[in-house]
Amino acid sequence: MSINNQNLISKSEVIMNIKDINLSFGGLKALSGVSLQIKKGEILAIIGPNGAGKSSMLNVISGIYVPQEGVVEWKGEVRNKIAPHDIARMGIARTFQNIALFKGMSALENILTGRNILMKRNLFMEMLYMGLGRRQEEEHRKKAEEIIDFLEIQSIRKTPVARLPYGMQKRVELGRALALEPELLLLDEPMAGMNVEEKEDMCRFVLDVNEQFGTTIVLIEHDMGVVMDISDRVVVLDYGIKIADGTPDKVRSEKKVIDAYLGVG
Amino acid sequence: MTRDFVALDTFPKILRNNAEVFKGRPSIREKEYGIWQITTWDAFYNRALLLAEGFYASGLRRGDKIAIIGDNRPNLYLSIASAQILGAIPVPCYQDSVASEIEYILEHAEAKLAIVENQEQVDKLLEIKEKLPLLKNIFYDDPRGLEKYDVKEICSLDVILDKNRDMNIDLDKEINKTSKDDISIMLYTSGTTGRPKGVLLSYNNIVSVTSIACEIEKTGPDDEVVAYLPMAWVGDNIFCVAQSYISGFCINCPESRETLTLDMREIGPTYYFAPPRVWEGMLTQLMVRMQDASKVKLWAFNFFMKIAKKWGNPILDKKNVPILARALYGLGYFLIYGPLKNNLGLTRVRMAYTAGEAMGPDTFLFYRSLGINLKVLYGQTEATVFVSLHRDGDVDPNTVGPAFPGVDIKIADGEVFYKGSGVFKGYYKNEDATKETIDKEGWVKTGDAGVIDNNGHLKIIDRAKDVGKLNSGNMFAPKYIENKLKFCGIIKEAVAFGDNKDFVTCFVNIDLEAVASWAERNNVAYSGYIDLAGQSSVYDLIAMEIDKVNRDLSQDTELNDSQIKRFLILHKELDADDGELTRTNKVRRGLISERYCMLVDAFYNNKNHCFIETEVTFEDGRKGAISADLKIKDMNIYDLRDQVA
Repeated sequence: MSINNQNLISKSEVIMNIKDINLSFGGLKALSGVSLQIKKGEILAIIGPNGAGKSSMLNVISGIYVPQEGVVEWKGEVRNKIAPHDIARMGIARTFQNIALFKGMSALENILTGRNILMKRNLFMEMLYMGLGRRQEEEHRKKAEEIIDFLEIQSIRKTPVARLPYGMQKRVELGRALALEPELLLLDEPMAGMNVEEKEDMCRFVLDVNEQFGTTIVLIEHDMGVVMDISDRVVVLDYGIKIADGTPDKVRSEKKVIDAYLGVG
Repeated sequence: MTRDFVALDTFPKILRNNAEVFKGRPSIREKEYGIWQITTWDAFYNRALLLAEGFYASGLRRGDKIAIIGDNRPNLYLSIASAQILGAIPVPCYQDSVASEIEYILEHAEAKLAIVENQEQVDKLLEIKEKLPLLKNIFYDDPRGLEKYDVKEICSLDVILDKNRDMNIDLDKEINKTSKDDISIMLYTSGTTGRPKGVLLSYNNIVSVTSIACEIEKTGPDDEVVAYLPMAWVGDNIFCVAQSYISGFCINCPESRETLTLDMREIGPTYYFAPPRVWEGMLTQLMVRMQDASKVKLWAFNFFMKIAKKWGNPILDKKNVPILARALYGLGYFLIYGPLKNNLGLTRVRMAYTAGEAMGPDTFLFYRSLGINLKVLYGQTEATVFVSLHRDGDVDPNTVGPAFPGVDIKIADGEVFYKGSGVFKGYYKNEDATKETIDKEGWVKTGDAGVIDNNGHLKIIDRAKDVGKLNSGNMFAPKYIENKLKFCGIIKEAVAFGDNKDFVTCFVNIDLEAVASWAERNNVAYSGYIDLAGQSSVYDLIAMEIDKVNRDLSQDTELNDSQIKRFLILHKELDADDGELTRTNKVRRGLISERYCMLVDAFYNNKNHCFIETEVTFEDGRKGAISADLKIKDMNIYDLRDQVA
C-alpha cells in the first residue's frame, strides 16, 4: 500500500463533527445531546458500560442510523441520509462486532470484495480478461496482496475463512476494511473474544495502520488495557450521554467515569 | 554441461560466467505478494555488481567481514555475492540468536557492515551497537516498521541498489583478483561446548567439494531447491548456494516460515535437504492426521504401506522384483504414495539428504519405501560438509555411508578422523583450537566415536567425549540410547545419564503434537504442556516405549547394562533460548546435567519425586520461572536370558 505521510499532518484537523445529536428508537433514547469531533489521524476509543450507546454512536458515524436531531458534518459538509455504497465511497470502512465475512470464500477473495467499490465495470472486458478488465484485476490483486503482506496472513491466503480460527478471521475482516483504502476506519470491538497473543497482534496492526497509512480510527473496545494503551483520545458514554472526553490518563481519573463503571457507592 | 572449475576457481568468477552461460534462466525465486518473482542469473550478477559498489562506498574492503542476519532472502544471498566480489568475507549468523550471541560473533569477527532482514534484527543490533565500535553500517532488506527510525547508521538495501554512483573501482578487476585460497565464507559453529568458533572455508574447499557432490548426484540447471534452513548453517551454503552456482539451478525462497509447506508444494523441489527432526516431524504429523481418516482410507493406507515396506526399497535400489509386486506397488503409487508425496511437496524429489543427527531406521525406510531417494550424509562445518555419504543402490539405514570421494577416514582410539580437500583453513583468531583439531599430517579430529563396518560404511556411535563407562565397566553411549528413544515419535528429546553410575536414567521431553493427539483420542484432559507431561497416563505411555527400548538393548551383550532403570518427564521443553540446546537443536549435555542436578541426584538417591523450579527465557528476552513436582518412574530391567526364553 502506498504510504501517504498523512501522519505528519497535525492531529487537529476535524474530519467529522457531530453536534448535539439525539437518537431514539420509539420511546428508548439511545443517544441524547451527544457532540463529538473526530480529528484527522487520531485513534479515538468510545467506551462505556453495556447499553451506553456505543454501537449506536458508531452507526451514526457510519451513517447507518440518522439521528432525529442534530447535525453530522463530514469534512465540513452536512451529511444527510446516505446509502451504504456512498458511505464506502466517502472513505469510511468498518469491521463488525460479530464477524461478517463470506464464510465460504478465501481470505484473499474476502479482501478483494473490499475493493468492489473501487472497481470500474465492463462486463465484456472482464469476461474476456483483457484490456481494462485485466489491468483492473491485476491492480486490485496487487493491493489485496499488499494488505495480506501487511497483516502477515500469507499462509492463509487461499484458506476458506470458515476454517480459520477466530483471531485470524478478525484479521481478515480488518484486511477487507483496509482494502477500501479508507480515510476513517471504524472498529467494533476488534479484540473481543481474543486471547492475549491475538490481542497484542491486533493492537500492533491497529497502530501500524494508523501510523503507516495515516488512517483515522474510531474503535469500541471493552478491554481497558487495550484502550488506554493505544488510543490518543477516549470518549465515555453512559446511558446515551457523553460523560467524558479526553486523553486516556485524564479520562481514567474522572469521577463520573469511575462512578459509571463501578457504580455510585 | 561440464565447465572448467580450475579457471573458475572462485564464486565471483563462477557468477560472472553464469551470467553468460545461464543468461535468462532463473537463479533465485522468491514468493512475494503471492507470486513467484524470478531473478535471472544475469540480473542477479548485475545487481550484485551494483550492491558491491554500494558496499565499497560504505568502506568495505578486501578481507573485511560483513555479517548477514536473517531468513533466506534473495537480497541476503545477493549481499554474500557482492561481498565476495569485493574480496570481503561474509559471516552469516543464526537469525534467531539473541542479541548477546550476535554481539559475541560480530565482535569476534570484527564485522564492519551488517546486512539484516528486518526490523527485528535491526532492533537487536541497535541494542548492542555501542559495544561494537567497528560496526559502521546496518543495511536492511524489509523496510517495514523502520520508516521512523532516526539512526544515521541504518539504511535500506534498496537505497544503495538504486543509487547511481560514479565509482573509481573496476569490479571486473576485483573479481579477477579473487583466488582459490581466499576465504570464501566464515561460519560460526554452534558448539555444544564453549563459545562458537569461526570456521574459515576457502573457495578451494567449497568449489572442489561441491563439484564432486554435483557430479555424484548429476545436478543440472533444471533442478530446484527450496532454501529454508538457516543461512548460517554450512549446509545452506553448500546445498543451496554453492551447488546452485556450479550447476546453475534455481534457489527458491519461501514467502515466510509459515507458508513453507505450501511453497514446497508449489515449487516441487527436486533436491531436498532436512535434518532428521524435520523428517520425523513430517511423519508424526502424517500419522496423527491419518488417525482422523475414514476407515476405508485408513485400511488402504495400511495395506499399501505394508506393500511399500516390503517392495519399495528394492524397487528404489533397482533390484529384481517380481512383476506382481511391481504391479501392486504401482497401484499403491497411484492411490497412496503419489498423493502422499504430493501433499508433502516431495513429488519431484530426486535426491534427499538428512544429516546432523541419527535418524530412526523406521522413519528412514518409510520415506524410501515411498520412492523418495533419501540418503544419509555425515559431515561437519570443518569438512565443508561432506565426510561420508550414502550412494544410490548402497544405502544402509544404520550407517552414514562410505567415505565421500577424495576424503580419507581413519578410526583411532574409537574416534573418527578424516582428511581431504574440504578440510577448513582454521578457526578465526584461534590458533590453539585449530592445532588441536587438525594434526600435522592433516587429519581432522571429529570428536565422534565411530566404527567402519564390513561394507566400508562409517557408523557413528556417539560424541567421543560423551561416551563413558558404567560402574559395571560396560560402555555407556548416551546419544545412542537417546536416539533409540526418540525414534518412537512421542519422545521429542531425551537426555540419558549413566557415566560413573550404577545404572542408566533419563529425562524425557514429550512431543506435544503427538501426545496431544493421543490425549484427545483417549479422553485425557489437560491444560498445557506442564500438565500433560505430568499425567500418570502419559508416564505409562512413555514407559511402554522405554520398555521396548530396554528389551531391544537387552539383546546386545555390550549394551545390556544400558537399559533405562528410572526416568522422568521434564516439565518444560528443552530450548535453545535457555541455552539447553544449540541453535541446531543438539543437546548441551553438560549444561543440562548442571542445571537439573537436583533431578539427577533424585534419580540415584532412590527418591520417587522431586520439586524443581526453572528459569525460562521468553522469545522477547523476558524471563520467568516455572515450577513442578516431577514424578520419577522405575522400569523393568531385562536379562539376556529373558530374551532367549
